[in-house]
Amino acid sequence: MTQFFQQIINGLSLGSIYALIALGYTMVYGILKLINFAHGEVFMVGAYTGLYAAGALGVAGFEAHGQSFPLYLGLIVLIVAMAAAALLGVTIELLAYRPVRSAPRLTPLITAIGVSLFLQNAGMLLFSPNPQRYPAILSEVRFELFGVIVTNIKLTIFGVALALMLGLQLFVRKTWTGRAMRALSFNIDAAKLMGIDTNHVIRSTFAIGSALAAAGGILFGLDQITINPLMGVLTGLKAFVAAVLGGIGSIPGAVIGGLLIGLAEQLTAGYLSPEYRDAITFVILILILLLKPEGLLGVVRVEKV
Amino acid sequence: MASAVGCKKSAPDSGGEGAHLDAPEVVIGHYASMTGSTAHFGQDTDRGVRMAIDEANAQGGVLGKKLKLVTLDTRGDSAEAANAVSRLIDVEKVSAVLGEVASSLSLAGGRVAQRRKIPMISPTSTNPKVTEIGDYIFRVCFIDPFQGKVMATFARANLKLDKVAVLKDVKNDYSIGLAAAFQKAFTELGGSIVAEQSYSQGDTDFSAQVTAIRGSGAQALFVPGYYSEVGSIARTADRLGLKIPLLGGDGWDSPDLFKIGGSAINGSYFSDHFAPDVSTDKAKAFVANFSAKYGQPPTGLGALGYEAGLVLIDAIRRAGKNDPTAIRDAIARTKDFDGVTGKITIDAQRNAEKSAVVLKVVDGKAKFETSIAP
Repeated sequence: MTQFFQQIINGLSLGSIYALIALGYTMVYGILKLINFAHGEVFMVGAYTGLYAAGALGVAGFEAHGQSFPLYLGLIVLIVAMAAAALLGVTIELLAYRPVRSAPRLTPLITAIGVSLFLQNAGMLLFSPNPQRYPAILSEVRFELFGVIVTNIKLTIFGVALALMLGLQLFVRKTWTGRAMRALSFNIDAAKLMGIDTNHVIRSTFAIGSALAAAGGILFGLDQITINPLMGVLTGLKAFVAAVLGGIGSIPGAVIGGLLIGLAEQLTAGYLSPEYRDAITFVILILILLLKPEGLLGVVRVEKV
Repeated sequence: MASAVGCKKSAPDSGGEGAHLDAPEVVIGHYASMTGSTAHFGQDTDRGVRMAIDEANAQGGVLGKKLKLVTLDTRGDSAEAANAVSRLIDVEKVSAVLGEVASSLSLAGGRVAQRRKIPMISPTSTNPKVTEIGDYIFRVCFIDPFQGKVMATFARANLKLDKVAVLKDVKNDYSIGLAAAFQKAFTELGGSIVAEQSYSQGDTDFSAQVTAIRGSGAQALFVPGYYSEVGSIARTADRLGLKIPLLGGDGWDSPDLFKIGGSAINGSYFSDHFAPDVSTDKAKAFVANFSAKYGQPPTGLGALGYEAGLVLIDAIRRAGKNDPTAIRDAIARTKDFDGVTGKITIDAQRNAEKSAVVLKVVDGKAKFETSIAP
């Protein structure tokens, strides 16, 4: 039983990371109907920015002396990484997606795959293809509840994911930009006619989604110990499946989808066989597309012709 | 170029091609994972190989010609390994090939070398299947049935363990073979395997497996994998409160193991080819020269790379001509060659019979613990 709860905790923390990445997929899809395949690479760049920012702030010195990295420096690392990723997301949108925005839907999709491959290889060139250990930006505190081990890292991951999701939900519901985002996702042309600066709204969407992915990247590094330039490939795909499972375009759906995928993966690895851990995600994708293509929380939108 | 093509036509199966005989230098190919998750294997091995070649060239080369080393990167990928060997043979016109470290990659590259009849020496691939490919494939290290027995004996006799769990990499021929050898030997010695778990190379999350092992009552965990994953596994085990020593094989041998594993890897044991801290005069001289040349001491893989280079150079000298088939025959006749990791005799199965060392991780360094003879 302890083992079962341990697997649940492990699954929830992994799922929270998928959820943070899935939010970016879902936001962009909601507005542009574009699957931003480069999002997994933005997540990777975010993780590496965090690694180098922590290095520049002297994390190695703290580790060598057995001291924990001060929390305010940890927050600086997080902000730097989120800002860098936001900038990257906006640049990708400007250079790769905006020129083909009115082209048929397949064109931006292929552009997205191209950007993704470009960033993977650029990552291998810039950051070296070897796995690197993630610095202890957050020093680990471990406690045991009835034999189940919980670390502050796992709790932080879960907490940060929930907080960012709630913040995002509020942002989309309450702010002017958020309302404009929702307007765009209904009808981009009508929104333009109402005087909404669509380019600005799309830019904000990419910036926010990318910043969330960077937060996911740092949490992923802390949780998974090592990172490498191809880390965004499989993790990004799984997060995409999470977005589809939850109902693409839905913010709470992305979070629920992420948590479910994390749990499914962890329980499969723990009780069936670790060899099926990646397969289960895609089995879920096939099932959801067959049985409920709009996803758990998605809405079916009737298209008027 | 035209003459080389002509030669190929007249003797399609000799693979050796007369072109080698009149080539101005003796070209040796090395295929290794210079990048990727086993990059440290390739890099350290290549340093060892390069050192052997440079030393031979400083003494005037072989057969009155200079040696030239061409290294190609496999990125730790078996398809790339096969491509690299093809390229070494077709484009670089090598007389012999050295490599790989990883058994899966040596199997891929070895099949090409055997088909083209170019001799290959693997410095450190320990899976038995590698030299079973054919009569052109050799190695200068022990094989996994022996290495598995070494760790099983050590766990039973020295650590007095009864219950051990196994966590192997199911995408890796080396890991599967070594796990099987260990399990067989350990149960024959009266111990029991209480949990068997697996992962796939490139995985980063091991918490499910470690959680399952934690419930099994194992006194130690045997992880016959490569250093990147082993380091992560050690930290995951530490984080999830699995406080038992880890045991492993020569795939652990890299400074990155300590970088990734940190203090979580302390107190663990692994079998290896070579202990840099306790060795013969010859080995000490090698460690000193290597450290002077590259600014850091060799791992066992660097030592074996050097060794493979020495055995090959010696064989080319004894062959008396730059011809792949003659070189193959000379490698097969290697007997009591005095290397840095011990005396090397190539047996009828083209393997080297040697003793193994067990190293203990103390304060982020591998220290000699004991030596176990075949």
